Amino acid sequence: MTTLTDPPKEHFRLSMLLYDTRYRSATIQVIALMGFMLLAAWLLSNTIQNLEALGKPVEFGFFSEPASYDINQRLLEYDSRDSHLRAALIGLLNTLVVAVLGCITATVIGVLVGVLRLSSNWLVSKIMTVYVEMFRNVPVLLWIVFAMAILIESLPAPRAFRGEDPAATMDLFNTVAVTNRGVYIPEALFSRSLGDIHFFGDSALRFDVSLDLIAIIVVLAGSIFAMRKVIAWANRTQEQTGDRPKTWHILLGLFFVPMLTLLVALGFHLGYPELKGFNFTGGTHMRNSLIALWLALSLYTAAFIAEIVRGGILAISHGQTEAAAALGLRQGRIMRLVILPQALRVIIPPMISNYLNLTKNSSLAIAVGYMDITGTLGGITMNQTGRELECVLLLMLVYLCISLSISAVMNWYNERVKLVER
Amino acid sequence: MKKSVFLGAATVATLAAGAAMAGTADDVKARGKLNCGVTTGLAGFAAPDANGEWKGFDVSMCRAVAAAVLGDPNAVEFVPTTGKTRFTALASGEIDLLARNTTWTFSRDVDLKFEFIGVNYYDGQGFMVPKELGVSSAKELDGATVCIQTGTTTELNLADFFRTNNISYEPVPIETNAEAQQQYLAGACDVYTTDASGLAATRASFEDPSAHILLPEIISKEPLGPLVRHGDNEWGDVARWTLNALISAEELGVTSANINDIASSTDNPEIKRLLGTEGTLGEMLGLDAEWAQRAIAAGGNYGEIFAKNIGEDTPIGLARGLNAQWTDGGLLYSPPFR
Repeated sequence: MTTLTDPPKEHFRLSMLLYDTRYRSATIQVIALMGFMLLAAWLLSNTIQNLEALGKPVEFGFFSEPASYDINQRLLEYDSRDSHLRAALIGLLNTLVVAVLGCITATVIGVLVGVLRLSSNWLVSKIMTVYVEMFRNVPVLLWIVFAMAILIESLPAPRAFRGEDPAATMDLFNTVAVTNRGVYIPEALFSRSLGDIHFFGDSALRFDVSLDLIAIIVVLAGSIFAMRKVIAWANRTQEQTGDRPKTWHILLGLFFVPMLTLLVALGFHLGYPELKGFNFTGGTHMRNSLIALWLALSLYTAAFIAEIVRGGILAISHGQTEAAAALGLRQGRIMRLVILPQALRVIIPPMISNYLNLTKNSSLAIAVGYMDITGTLGGITMNQTGRELECVLLLMLVYLCISLSISAVMNWYNERVKLVER
Repeated sequence: MKKSVFLGAATVATLAAGAAMAGTADDVKARGKLNCGVTTGLAGFAAPDANGEWKGFDVSMCRAVAAAVLGDPNAVEFVPTTGKTRFTALASGEIDLLARNTTWTFSRDVDLKFEFIGVNYYDGQGFMVPKELGVSSAKELDGATVCIQTGTTTELNLADFFRTNNISYEPVPIETNAEAQQQYLAGACDVYTTDASGLAATRASFEDPSAHILLPEIISKEPLGPLVRHGDNEWGDVARWTLNALISAEELGVTSANINDIASSTDNPEIKRLLGTEGTLGEMLGLDAEWAQRAIAAGGNYGEIFAKNIGEDTPIGLARGLNAQWTDGGLLYSPPFR
């Protein structure tokens, strides 16, 4: 028989930090942390001291100096008199463009290839195997350079479009020009434009937002909201009466009428590319460097994503497929409604690191002369100012921020789709 | 300096190591080899020949310095550098001398902490276009696509030129000369711009050089010269006076062919001082008396090096122009050896 008594109150003594197992691990960790921080601080102060001894103190003043170089692909207005900071911003946007485009295409291609690789059709699954093995076993830099070389060597130069009997002609009813300098596609123009709103005045971070674009987005959102209301009403009616009212004409009207009205009101028309002087002018110019980088990064990453998707699907027990088939679902629906939603839980986490890889691989852009942030801040700016440490530190910080943002978004999505467990 | 050893290990080496170097000349002698930074391959200036041996105008500069310091023009380790890596390579101590068509500018000299030891080629940025474009002046290039090597002063000059003339252009930044050639020949750009000497060298390597012309505009001053790290004046002096010896030798009529005869027979006191048969110039440099003799014998005097690698009789076909001796109306002017 035991009697429970309160353990005697022990007073905390300093020696317990070392001899009491409850505190010991904390003590060791604190000491290790302090040691690590001291080491880091020592390295840092050492770097700064040595740089000062070299006559190169760490300072970021050069950012406000004029950059003095031009950048071909710029999403915001920029010229050579703008500051290094603005040049870095332009580069950052170029990085984001190719990363976002790449992630989207890589996902689409990857999911498609991953599913098709499991196809019961021998030829299809073997072709997909060849694709996957080919792309993931060759360094991505080679794919980027290879894509660029193909674009440059195989497509006609703009001057081939000139003359009475040109060697090359524009595609798609004379609206798209495919040249070895890039693809020129028609651009959206508004003859009664609402203008732009300017942000941040004259600073390096200034940007304009087109009011036309905002109007289009607002109208689109309104239409979709109204359409969802209609669908909800149809669902309710179906539940109450058993008959589903005909809604497709209302939906079409809700989608197209406001949009068309707005476009007519804004004077929407397309600007077509046109050969003028050395180059095509007008239209939107998608440069070779962007296309090559985008293509190579997406195809390369898609090969990895395909394997992840295949793994995710294989992780779902075959019984699920058989059960769904027993319920009378067809092949496609089994995949879409039963297998993929469950497979997603396995797929998403490794997918995050592939998105991160793609984004970081985009720093190979300079191989094809695409001016991403590594090309501007970590390339020309670093070269012209000689501020290697500052530029590289900043570059690392930028990539860190981009990667952490991607992770945050994907983790949030992962939380949403993952199995709710009790 | 103890600290910087650790720092070097901590991968910030590129910057720190520069401070750790003191006597480059001693390092080179101890190593028995000169580490010389050159281009990754530009015909006439620095490129390996069919036997894998580096040849060219800049290469000759490296060999002359190696001959002066080490007594062997072949005791050179050539380190190919790109426009982007060259300064880091020099600052970090990976190379002792950079002879790579590098423009002498204020900020490189002062801010990047390098020391230009002189000018071995007076150049300027030019434009090359295919003849069939029918362009005769750079001012007609409105809207053209321009291939440009990134990491050089050329992209700054280009931006300034088009801006002052108020014409637009589309820059295509390219990492190396070889890629630029590929894009230019495929018509992915209308114009290729870099230093006029580089353009001539590139054009010479084309299948049909006559189908391309260099435009008359030279839009910048590009004094190209070898450079060393700031702060090691002894080594800077060795490199500077080796270059001056090559230039003076041409002025004084000393060639690689007649150097042995002239050394023993001449009465000209300046030649005697240059070749070390009189005075103690070599000793002042920390070298032996015959340093300049060896430097000149390695590849010839400046004129010989020019003629052999990039002169009018070579495929590059550059005229002396500004690079003639001052006595012939050029800019080459070596301070006196006394």
